[in-house]
Amino acid sequence: MTTRIVELRRGILKKNDELAAGLRTRYSAAGVLVLNLVSSPGTGKTAFLELTLRELRARGARVAALVGDLETDNDARRLASSGAPVRQINTHGICHLDADMIDKHLAAWEGVDIAALDYLFIENVGNLVCPSSYDLGEKIRVALLSVTEGEDKPLKYPTLFNSADAAVITKIDIAEPCGFNRDLALKNINEIRPGIRIFETSAKTGAGMDDWLAYLAEARS
Amino acid sequence: MHELSIAASIVEAVTESAAAYPGARVQQVRLRVGALASVVEDSLQFCWEITVEGTPLQGSQLVVNIVPVVAHCAACGKDGELASLQSFRCPHCGEPVTDLRQGRELEIESIEIDEVPVPK
Repeated sequence: MTTRIVELRRGILKKNDELAAGLRTRYSAAGVLVLNLVSSPGTGKTAFLELTLRELRARGARVAALVGDLETDNDARRLASSGAPVRQINTHGICHLDADMIDKHLAAWEGVDIAALDYLFIENVGNLVCPSSYDLGEKIRVALLSVTEGEDKPLKYPTLFNSADAAVITKIDIAEPCGFNRDLALKNINEIRPGIRIFETSAKTGAGMDDWLAYLAEARS
Repeated sequence: MHELSIAASIVEAVTESAAAYPGARVQQVRLRVGALASVVEDSLQFCWEITVEGTPLQGSQLVVNIVPVVAHCAACGKDGELASLQSFRCPHCGEPVTDLRQGRELEIESIEIDEVPVPK
């Protein structure tokens, strides 16, 4: 019996990465801009996305959303009130979405053809750790942070914030009673991801949505 | 806690690769894990024991080598290892850095196997 060392140099998530690369090619060919929204549970991803879908539809854009949760279709029902096609992905305990789930749900989604969409939003499972490892083929990864969470969240979860292409601060309508230190939050986000685009928003008042929608339109062109 | 999914992916990949050596026993699996890869070694080791049970990898040891984050600085042109994950700044000149050269790895570097000679 001999002992041998076999070099593999193989990505552990190679299968996910390959699937995601395939999805990215498909999105690009279909001309749809795909965004992956990631945050803690309770940040307000769903409320922010609901308003985004409404506003985009009001501007004549063709939009749809996939929403990931461990259980329940509550978020899908909330998002569907915007009038956009929405599909719930229940992960049943898995803490993130992966490329295979996206691929399967796109294939099974009757009446929705990505080639007929301008924007596809993927709302990830509420979690600031695990989704950062799983590429879904998105063009833009959006990290969201609410004013109730503490300004040091980006420092606590550098992996996620560093991998994001844009950052959205939510619930700014209640920033003052929460004692939210805006300058510190912006500084911390920039410390982890220097130069990232940051949007300060409220799904309740609509603050910051114009900038965000202009950014989306620009990213598509 | 996605270490269980990660452990399952490693077992799948190693089982595939080890199939090229029939009858061989996998003794050790060596990983390269970036400091920014969101993988906690203790959790991964814990999941490893559960995941390898009943597979050809049962009893194998998992060795995790952590890869530090290295960034290229556009301002001074040097590469440098980040002193902390709480500040993405060049260790040489202090300017913000965005061009990461390593630190996100999540790969199987090698496996150590005991080969059984194939009878002719």
